[in-house]
Amino acid sequence: MSEIKLQNIVKKYGDGFPAVNDVSIDIRDGEFIILVGPSGCGKSTLLRMVVGLEDITSGELLINGQRVNDKAPRDRNLAMVFQNYALYPHLSVFENIAFPLRLTKGKFSDAEIDERVNRAADLLELREHLQRKPANLSGGQRQRVAMGRALVRDADAFLFDEPLSNLDAKLRGQMRTEIARIQRRLGTTTIYVTHDQTEAMTLGDRVAVLKKGVLQQCASPRELYEQPVNLFVAGFIGSPPMNFLPARVDGDRLSLPFGSIPMTPDLAKLVAGKELVIAGFRPEHFEDASVLEPHRRDAGVVIEVDVDVTEWLGNELYAYVPYEPDAAVAKQLEELDRDLDGEGMRTQIVVALDAKSRIRDGDRAQLWFDPARLHLFDPETGTTITRDEDEARRIDTENEELRKQALERARLSDERAREKAAAV
Amino acid sequence: MSRKERNLWILGGIGIVVYALFPVAWIVSLSLKAPADIANQQFLPTTLSWTNYELILTGSASDLFLPALRNSFGICLIATAISCVLAMFAAYAIARLDFPGKKVILSTALGVAIFPVISIVTPLFNLWRQIGLYDTWPGLIIPYLSLTLPISIWTLSAFFREIPWEMEQAAQVDGATSWQAFRKVIVPLAAPGVFTTAIIAFFIAWNDFVYGISLTSTEASRPVPAALGLFSGASQFEAPNGPIAAAAVIVTIPVVVLVLLFQRRIVAGLTNGAVKG
Repeated sequence: MSEIKLQNIVKKYGDGFPAVNDVSIDIRDGEFIILVGPSGCGKSTLLRMVVGLEDITSGELLINGQRVNDKAPRDRNLAMVFQNYALYPHLSVFENIAFPLRLTKGKFSDAEIDERVNRAADLLELREHLQRKPANLSGGQRQRVAMGRALVRDADAFLFDEPLSNLDAKLRGQMRTEIARIQRRLGTTTIYVTHDQTEAMTLGDRVAVLKKGVLQQCASPRELYEQPVNLFVAGFIGSPPMNFLPARVDGDRLSLPFGSIPMTPDLAKLVAGKELVIAGFRPEHFEDASVLEPHRRDAGVVIEVDVDVTEWLGNELYAYVPYEPDAAVAKQLEELDRDLDGEGMRTQIVVALDAKSRIRDGDRAQLWFDPARLHLFDPETGTTITRDEDEARRIDTENEELRKQALERARLSDERAREKAAAV
Repeated sequence: MSRKERNLWILGGIGIVVYALFPVAWIVSLSLKAPADIANQQFLPTTLSWTNYELILTGSASDLFLPALRNSFGICLIATAISCVLAMFAAYAIARLDFPGKKVILSTALGVAIFPVISIVTPLFNLWRQIGLYDTWPGLIIPYLSLTLPISIWTLSAFFREIPWEMEQAAQVDGATSWQAFRKVIVPLAAPGVFTTAIIAFFIAWNDFVYGISLTSTEASRPVPAALGLFSGASQFEAPNGPIAAAAVIVTIPVVVLVLLFQRRIVAGLTNGAVKG
């Protein structure tokens, strides 16, 4: 049970380059927090500073209100799962898991160690592998041993450093739900580093998005998706990523590369005085106009585009639509693409359509979208013009309530299971 | 691999083995020849004789050989043990820590290793006589350390560098002190490296001749290679080739045993399974 407070944390390396710059996050008790960002954004460095493997250049790190900046890793009582697992190859699985307990010299009797290791092994379904050496285990099993080593102690918090990045796609999905299940059950504060936004969105109570060492936004997955604070967050969250288009303000209409669309009065007020903005569309907010019911069709705007390539995935259909970029924002979009680890291949938008759609490569298609779900960004600063603070706050409160309920449910079901066990 | 290619490989292998083992076989055969048989101008002895072995183990040469054997074992084992322990700490620091003068230490070690032994033996001889280390065990152990330490530090630091740093960090996060992490994680993982280093260090000390002959004068500390040079024949007209060959065979045995003993420990890839490769 613990709270971790990061206050204005800075990490500077020898050359003076700040790998982490002025990051402040309040991590509440039992919260599952994700640090996410493209490679080199400082997320792993931040985690390693929390656990004590990297020195903190400036700023305060508080665990349960106590300043731990200068404490050695072993005095912080945090458990960490490393990206490459870092199992001890000369020890059996049992001894690997028991290792942290054995180090506490005399605090645990052999019987207690036995019981604790077996409990962790049961939780992770490692019972039949306890006597094997790590070299003889599969990737997924090794990953679970690494988790076992973290679970076996009563650590104040779990820290994960890209724990699933070495697993294949199927196993990754399984372990992801497994981690979520265990965290809910134990209710332990958890910090989890990943570059995979699916993991970030599915696991996190809150997600902290970092870019070049600077915290961009720390909010619930839903808020990140619906109310991103800037271009970077909007482009990072979501798969396929949000489409960005140059949009010229033309009275109460926006002129896009595919034609002009009307704006709601609210929207028009927000962009008044600006000449050029960047419009963001989520791929999944487009529909194929030809398969849409008429009453929905009337609620939105229909544009006509030339489809270049389509990808049919069974549950949906991706269509790629190339467009001519506007020179005025081309540089800004290019830079964004680089920040997001993109390849800067070609300017195109991606739309995710219903799998029933008959649109194929080379077609001229009618696409529908709802202008109310449009995001608009300032091309100079990259901040979101359309962000609704009230809505963001509402999502945040709702998210916190849901989290507390889930923790409570997990606690109750755990209690019930214990009562049942006691009754037997 | 085609059949022809494989046969070529086998042929080449046999060639190399014969080339490498021929001198050994020659010494063994020489050691089994009776004194009169040595000049028989053929490879094999006409009759097998154990006279040479009797001579050095129980006979007149045993006064020279047996104490030398004891000295060699004692001195080399102690020198190896000390150099392994010291090298382990030094190599760990070199592989893990960033400190000023790290490069200097490594290049000095290399410099010492390539420094010709013969050039420091005379000053050492004088110094040792002054401070009373001449003809004692420490008088040999210390110069042997100068031979074995550099190579031990180099090999061990290479081994330590191979061990993923995460292992140690994981141990620290698990609650280990630096010393515990070193003892419980790093040392077991470096064990193959330590064994390899120990064998190399032992060979170097075991094979030394220059220090052995120059810094000793009696059986109190004279090692085997030096003692071999002092063997004499039954008469001054007879070369002591037979006993020398027998002694050489006996001296080779511990080395072979050592390698066979530790061969199983020197398995590459002990770190398998530590990390996802």
